[in-house]
Amino acid sequence: MKDFQDYKNVWIFAEQRDLELMGVAKELLGEGYRLSRGLSGDSKVCAVIMGYGVSNLIDEAYAYGADIVYTMDHPLLKNYTTDAYAKVLSEAIKSYKPEIVLFGATHIGRDLAPRVAARLNTGLTADCTRLDVNTSDYMDYLEKNTTASLNGLDRNDTSTMLKQTRPAFGGNLMATIITPNSRPQMSTVRPGVMAKLERDDSHKGIHINVAVNLEDDDIRVKVRDVIIEAKKIVSLTDAKIICSGGRGVGSKEGFKLMEEFAETVGGMVGASRGAVDSGWIDQSRQVGQTGTTVKPKIYFACGISGAIQHLAGMQESDIIIAINKDPDCPMMKIADYALEGDLKQVIPEIIEQWKSN
Amino acid sequence: MGDYVMNDMQKRIRQLCREFSLNELIPTSKEYDIEGRLNEDAYRKAVEIGFTKIAWGKEYGGLGLDTVTQVMVTEELSYGDAGFANVMVASSLAARPVLMAGTEEQKQFMADIVIHGGKAAFCLTEANAGSDAGAIRTSAKKTEDGYIINGSKCFITNGPEAEVYIVFAMTDNSKGVKGISAFLVPGDTPGVGHGAHEDKVGIRQSSASDVIFQDVKVPFSALLGKEGEGFKIAMKTLDIARIDCAAAAVGIAQRAIDLSVKYAKERKTFGKPIAKLQAIQFMIADMEIQTEAARALVRQAAELKDMGQINSKICACAKAFAGDTAVRVATDAVQIYGGYGYIRDYPVEKLMRDAKIFQIFDGTNQIQRVVIAGNMLK
Amino acid sequence: MRIIVCVKQVPDTNEIKINPETGTLIRDGVPSILNPDDANALEAALAIKDSCPDTTTVTAITMGPPQAKEMLKDCIAMGADEAILLSDRALGGSDTWATSNALASGIKQIGSYDLIFAGRQAIDGDTAQVGPQIAEKLNLPQVTYVRSLKLNDDCLTVERALENGYEIIDVKMPCLLTTIKELNTPRYKTVQGIMDSESADISVWNADDIGVDKHTVGLKASPTNVFKSFTPKPKGAGVYVSGGSPKEKVQILLSALEEKHVI
Repeated sequence: MKDFQDYKNVWIFAEQRDLELMGVAKELLGEGYRLSRGLSGDSKVCAVIMGYGVSNLIDEAYAYGADIVYTMDHPLLKNYTTDAYAKVLSEAIKSYKPEIVLFGATHIGRDLAPRVAARLNTGLTADCTRLDVNTSDYMDYLEKNTTASLNGLDRNDTSTMLKQTRPAFGGNLMATIITPNSRPQMSTVRPGVMAKLERDDSHKGIHINVAVNLEDDDIRVKVRDVIIEAKKIVSLTDAKIICSGGRGVGSKEGFKLMEEFAETVGGMVGASRGAVDSGWIDQSRQVGQTGTTVKPKIYFACGISGAIQHLAGMQESDIIIAINKDPDCPMMKIADYALEGDLKQVIPEIIEQWKSN
Repeated sequence: MGDYVMNDMQKRIRQLCREFSLNELIPTSKEYDIEGRLNEDAYRKAVEIGFTKIAWGKEYGGLGLDTVTQVMVTEELSYGDAGFANVMVASSLAARPVLMAGTEEQKQFMADIVIHGGKAAFCLTEANAGSDAGAIRTSAKKTEDGYIINGSKCFITNGPEAEVYIVFAMTDNSKGVKGISAFLVPGDTPGVGHGAHEDKVGIRQSSASDVIFQDVKVPFSALLGKEGEGFKIAMKTLDIARIDCAAAAVGIAQRAIDLSVKYAKERKTFGKPIAKLQAIQFMIADMEIQTEAARALVRQAAELKDMGQINSKICACAKAFAGDTAVRVATDAVQIYGGYGYIRDYPVEKLMRDAKIFQIFDGTNQIQRVVIAGNMLK
Repeated sequence: MRIIVCVKQVPDTNEIKINPETGTLIRDGVPSILNPDDANALEAALAIKDSCPDTTTVTAITMGPPQAKEMLKDCIAMGADEAILLSDRALGGSDTWATSNALASGIKQIGSYDLIFAGRQAIDGDTAQVGPQIAEKLNLPQVTYVRSLKLNDDCLTVERALENGYEIIDVKMPCLLTTIKELNTPRYKTVQGIMDSESADISVWNADDIGVDKHTVGLKASPTNVFKSFTPKPKGAGVYVSGGSPKEKVQILLSALEEKHVI
């Protein structure tokens, strides 16, 4: 076993775009906080903020839990480039020796992290959905959520190796990965999974400004433009959230409410065959055997009883939420969350509460 | 996929066909069926992939593959959509008389059309000459510089779009079937016309219409083989074509089986999937037995042809059995689907409609039995 | 121009089943396919070859067991000029770091190249790491998540997809690009291509052939290890919300969703 005494602290690559911290950066600070408190001695959670003119973000990083904030501030870091960021971050890791480095699994995190891991000759685990340093916590997790056997695990084990759990084979299988023989232990973490800490503006930490050693020639690509486009979901198959209405919606006007619902939750309106046949909504929105087969993260089935022809097109959805007056209809039986009630009252309530969150 | 004995290359070609059917044909099959028109985009892709040149010799720009491979391709395309497959099957049917009796120029002319996706039509059937092909009345009158063809053909697959027609016409009324001759008539020859696109029950991606010849002048070089050989050419052509036709029927049956198996596992009655019911299990087993047997007959006929031993009796057995099987199996699939099977939202009723023609065209299954008995009792 | 495409043979994850008791994959009868993102990578290379067929060579390279030859034959049937399989027991069990060492050595062995394509990620592991790590080992600039691409002389202008838009990036060759499905629609194999690929000569190179340091490849050298693998618990019965006012019911629903990190 190698001696990793020199490696200390949990680093968060606190990704910013246009001088705003990404949500996943705040989530990682929360997770990093939890991990650092489980590590030996006085481990800290540290935010690493790279960019140009990022000093305004330091307090925010403290507020979300950072004990230490490292900033690398340089004109050549203004736009993300693999070359510049990988160079600066790798050098910092080499000199400060963190024990753990976490990245958000964003298009930038997933571009940068593998490059840095390769340069440092250490391991990287992609798209983690669960991280543990404490063996007992890890065993609790396995027991509660998985079919894994606990053989070979010991609740009194005091080692604090990072256990990085992630889905594989399209989510059919989960694997826990470890990095026993190299440091730092690096992971990218799926956005939206970890819990951020309650914002606390009174929380302060230490700021360390890291000198940046960069020249034009270090960067071999030229970012000509960054274009932000509101992603219009154009097809049901691409929608992460689908708000589907059936005969229970009752009318064309009812589908206006469905539109508002979908807009609020960032989804797309779908429909059952009954609603389409009644002429309340276009056939292109039909979900089911005849229409589109969908597999969104959340499927709201509003006033849809769940005929087999509809179920065939949506039962693979991650989470099914049924809203129906009839508690015994098939849709309410297969739903992960079955809410008994009149959709005309329930949906406006969801819209309101969703907005206020 | 059915279990032919295949070499690696055939397996890969078959996999490619299946991929094509799943991606290009099945998702839109219902739409084109309702509209009754060919999926031109998929057809163009099929031509690019090379499905139209499988069994053409390399000397004509084809791939020079054997009949066993050809029937495998036909089965898989028909698995996706039997109407779509029929467009290709009909063109290769029309090419057959040319390959059998044509000159090198005629063969190359035909190859250049069919290989590149042009359609061809085999024009034998007339309103009063179906099973009784010898009764055709279309005539070809010899003149100084060629022939003048007059007459009208019906139920001609690819009739409206064909770039070339293979026409059977009487050159000598006094000789009966020995007075029939075969001609190669380019589609743009003056006097060639066609009737309305028939509104068929099934195989609706494939068009069929009357084809009308009015004082169509063709040169001597349009004659295939010699005068009076037409009937022999037509009958030999149909022998061979039956193999491909039977393969298409097997494709329909296989799709009906796959859909039935999937549905039987999903559909619950009395609290459990209907697949757990012996009544359904036995239906599915019978569908499989018949389909595998049909496929084996097709294979037998194809291998005999590849060995140069075309056997009319086996070809007829394969066509009759595969056609009857497709109808039975597709009808059983509708039965397994129950009420859902009888509505257009579900794909099995189309299979039943598509299957029916396989008992009718390329010689009705009654005619197949005449051929079989005739071979046995001569 | 010489283009190298890194490809991987993967099990079709749509067809995969898990033995819930042992938590292991049931691989029997699961077809192996060319990884979907890699098909886009190959298509990108072939599209360049289409525009200058006489001066472009497309080489597909993979690391895997001998059976991966089948997938390489498919790459040739689509239009690749040649294919190389890195296969050696010493390479078995490699993680992304070790895999990229092997592939980078294989690519060095090929010699000169102008452009390397890789799919963004493979559907069995979904890591998206091997592409960037090859670029690192070869000291090349990289652009990941490429959704469009234009070639002018020795420079490429590419669009790199972001979650909420895209970047327009100029990059000089040689470089490595990873591709996503928005980039193109992969062509079908042709029947002629399948026939030709049956007799194609696929080079099989072992660890010595590519001159890779054996301490940097294989299971033992890999910095990451699988500690445990298992399956998630099957979905339990649904949560029923019936009592109370609509407001209360929605509160119960939303807090349950929040707790489960659904929203």
